[in-house]
Amino acid sequence: MQFMMIVKATKDSEAGKPPSLELINAMMKYNEELAKAGVLVAGQGLHPSSDSIRISYPEPGGKPKVTDGPFTESKELIAGFTIIEVSSREEAIEWAMRMPDPHGFGEGQIELRQIFEPEELTQDPEALAKEAALRERVERSRKA
Amino acid sequence: MTAIDAHRTIDAIWRIESTRLIAGLARMVRDVGLAEDLAQDALLIALEKWPETGIPDKPGAWLMAAAKRRAIDQMRRKKRLERKYEELGRESESNVEPSEFDAVLEGDIGDDILRLIFTTCHPILSSDARVALTLRLLGGLTTQEIARAFLVPEPTVAQRIVRAKRTLAEARVPFEMPEGADREARLASVLEVIYLMFNEGYVATSGGSWLKPTLCFEALRLGRILAAAAPDEPEVHGLVALMEIQSSRFKARVGPTGEPILLMDQNRGQWDHLLIRRGLAALERAEKLGRPFGPYALQAAIAACHARAGTAGETNWIRIAALYDALSRVAPSPVVEINRAVALSMAFGPEVGLEVVDALAAEPSLKEYPLLPGVRGDLLAKLGRNEEASGEFLRAAELTRNERERGILLKRAAECGGYDEIPDSEEKQS
Repeated sequence: MQFMMIVKATKDSEAGKPPSLELINAMMKYNEELAKAGVLVAGQGLHPSSDSIRISYPEPGGKPKVTDGPFTESKELIAGFTIIEVSSREEAIEWAMRMPDPHGFGEGQIELRQIFEPEELTQDPEALAKEAALRERVERSRKA
Repeated sequence: MTAIDAHRTIDAIWRIESTRLIAGLARMVRDVGLAEDLAQDALLIALEKWPETGIPDKPGAWLMAAAKRRAIDQMRRKKRLERKYEELGRESESNVEPSEFDAVLEGDIGDDILRLIFTTCHPILSSDARVALTLRLLGGLTTQEIARAFLVPEPTVAQRIVRAKRTLAEARVPFEMPEGADREARLASVLEVIYLMFNEGYVATSGGSWLKPTLCFEALRLGRILAAAAPDEPEVHGLVALMEIQSSRFKARVGPTGEPILLMDQNRGQWDHLLIRRGLAALERAEKLGRPFGPYALQAAIAACHARAGTAGETNWIRIAALYDALSRVAPSPVVEINRAVALSMAFGPEVGLEVVDALAAEPSLKEYPLLPGVRGDLLAKLGRNEEASGEFLRAAELTRNERERGILLKRAAECGGYDEIPDSEEKQS
């Protein structure tokens, strides 16, 4: 099963201030550990939200509204993510606990989220019915 | 923390730490069986203590220290014994200075992990034993988990592991890195074990299920570990690339009611493009090493052709046929020939493929192999020779051990037998 470790943004990351050399080294070492253990799938850091845009749909069925960054609520923003593939939720927690404090200064926050597995997606009866209907339509249009 | 929570956390820590624990210990005591015993002892101590004291900050170091104390105790006992026999002057082979354990904890354990996997995949062991021992010592799986993954009784697996350890000890297989020509052969054995594990998971040959992901996951993890430990081996990257790309199709290869969906019919939007990217990157690493491709890198290159095609129609069959040509030279086998025939038929027409398939008709090793009549049936159907095609599909249905595959083959047989028109057959085995 795969998990995403989401590193939340802080004032520093939002200000585009690069992390300290110490933190960079600790992160590199951590990523190396993940790779050596065969669990690292992907990991990326993100530009601050000043470079970003937000697309929202204030009215259902209406046109999207585009807002330029930066966005203020830094705790709601993310600064990067790492995807790991492990055999249990406990193992994911254990790895997440070992990630270095992403920013220090009392602001560091990591969120651990599980990524849906194919089986989970196909076990949902509603999704199953939808997919079956879709396949039937494809089948019919093929024959027509 | 409840006792159950603590045990689950300790299980997770074991999964993370056991490989390097056992690998490090094996280098010290030169016996993988003993190394595992020591590591297990340390785990038992942890299971007893941690629920009360809490999990230590560095659980790996804690476990290693506990295992080390056990090892030193054993050595002292052995030494006392030796003294009794008045052999004080002679150094025992298994004599290890305690400070060496600290070096193991601090140092790079990549080489120890390589030595360990070379040992558990030693050609002296049967392939079943290699797989079980590797899952146990490198994957950190329990006997029960291994038994469940292979759908065999637990005592069978337990016995396989005990026997494997005994065989290694009796043959005095050294815990070392094979060198020169030997290294290549031994590495081939390691890759074979990992890919066997992966395939066992990917295509469950019997029973109704097409998905058995535990083994795939374990194989992929071992492959990734191996690639980190042996970055200069193109075939290691080739195997990882192959497994990553094949894994990318997990979600797309089974329909909503569990029926298999063949490669060319899969919804490519459901492929895991992250895994594809990882696979292509691994293949690139193999390429950059600048040595000729071996069988795994070639198979990965073929899988990459499919992965790169946005739609089934965009598949570069001419390149795939060329890669199968290369594969049939590097690792000739009747199964490769069948796949080469399919690629040729897609690139140059069914009659070209049929020629290759017909040349295999007398091949004794394919007598019971459902893919041959399956592919022959497909090519015949494409040429409009429906009656012959129907017979081939029936024969393939008789041979296959996968129930779902049998269903598809019977359906195709009926379609060829029942209608005069050429059935729409984009389906292809590959």
